[in-house]
Amino acid sequence: MKCSHWIVTASFLALSVTGVVILMAHPRLYWGEVGNDLTPALFELPISRNYHHGGWEQSTPFFQRAGSPVTASRTYDIFNQNGWGRSLHFLAAWFLVGTGLVYLLAGLFSGHFRNHLLPEAREFSRRLFWRDLVNHVRMRIPKAGKGPQYGLLQKCTYLVVIFFLLPLMVLTGMTMSPAITAAYPFLLKMFFGAQSARTIHFFAFVALLLFLLVHVVMVIRSGFKNQMRFMTWGK
Amino acid sequence: MKKKKLITRRNAIITGVSTIGGLLLTGCSKKLPPTYGNILRMGDVLTYTAQRTLLPGQSLAREYQLSDISSFPATGTTNPAAPGQPGYSQTYGQLHSGAFSDWRLSVEGRVARPKKYSLAELQQFPARTQITRHTCEEGWTAIGQWTGAPLGLVLQNAGILPSARFVNFYAYDDYMESIDLFDAFHPQTILAYGMNGSGLPISHGAPLRLRVETQIGYKSVKYLQRIVVTDEFVNTGDSGWSWYVGI
Repeated sequence: MKCSHWIVTASFLALSVTGVVILMAHPRLYWGEVGNDLTPALFELPISRNYHHGGWEQSTPFFQRAGSPVTASRTYDIFNQNGWGRSLHFLAAWFLVGTGLVYLLAGLFSGHFRNHLLPEAREFSRRLFWRDLVNHVRMRIPKAGKGPQYGLLQKCTYLVVIFFLLPLMVLTGMTMSPAITAAYPFLLKMFFGAQSARTIHFFAFVALLLFLLVHVVMVIRSGFKNQMRFMTWGK
Repeated sequence: MKKKKLITRRNAIITGVSTIGGLLLTGCSKKLPPTYGNILRMGDVLTYTAQRTLLPGQSLAREYQLSDISSFPATGTTNPAAPGQPGYSQTYGQLHSGAFSDWRLSVEGRVARPKKYSLAELQQFPARTQITRHTCEEGWTAIGQWTGAPLGLVLQNAGILPSARFVNFYAYDDYMESIDLFDAFHPQTILAYGMNGSGLPISHGAPLRLRVETQIGYKSVKYLQRIVVTDEFVNTGDSGWSWYVGI
């Protein structure tokens, strides 16, 4: 369980870096099945020289009618490091998925989820949740003891990350794969199309990055040395 | 209080490693395409093995309506007939000025009847028309309608030999790609000569391009010149791109 934490950390960092590199090749996000430089984007991120590059020859319509879809040849030499970016992304994804599956099985059978992660009925009230939230915002973080005696907000956040955000990442990632969506077309329906899946993949990444930031701040505030020792060796 | 655990850390690690090992082993009965000694590409080989092992048969990629056809950028080589442009080919330029009447597609290698097919001959195969989504590795997608001869029919017509395992595609702009027989005989893998109800435009690979709908765009080679069937993987070195891009 302990080493799974650090494998996932390393995978997440590799996935983040390569994910941004891949996004830099085409920093435009869309909704639906289709999105390219000749169709409107939801928004465009200024994260590479490809941002608003405009290097296109005059467009030619496919059909003889108003509003026909068009084609155009690209004249601009785009930034593209996807050769290694994609391969490293998927290599890290394999580590994440493999470790994640082992972690899920172990957590289920060892009682880790039941004993440490599921909030108990008596601690789950709106008042306690609010108090925990206010304490966190005011940075009143108690020193951690030895072992996973998680706070209410902490439990809820971990549950969202483990059972919602990470599976969402994997599923939206797979929805961008032509071979996988051919076999499982329900993925395209579930995420409203391949480009929507890409956009959701991006926002789930932003959420995970925010989680990582807060998580690291909390580890530092609750006694960095003890926490690191516990996270690594479990004692 | 020490609880007896059903799953210990050691057991979990052993299970994990043996699962991955098991996945790799199934592929090892047949020789896999190389990773070019590149640790980066190991994940791609795992993806290839896992997809071939776990995904059910020859599922069709989603097909769309005529009204779904979208604008479609042309990238990579967009005109091999233009001197000075990337991918320029003098031979292609000559064929282009002759309206491709002298163009032939050579099908050779591990086939019983190697043959040079004219466009008219390819058009005699039962045509398949499909409206599919093109997924570019850059991150964009576009929907287009493609008409062409199923690659499987052409390979059978040339008498593909039982020992064959890979189909290699050579293009006029010096581009080269290969696919395995699973993808080659996929019903939606076609040699396309038509796009959106007209002939294939130059910028999209005229006179003939490959469409592999279960893989990323760069496998769908434009400006086809030659198809070579082989028993072994043809290693042309690391192109910078992974060989298998079903994901």
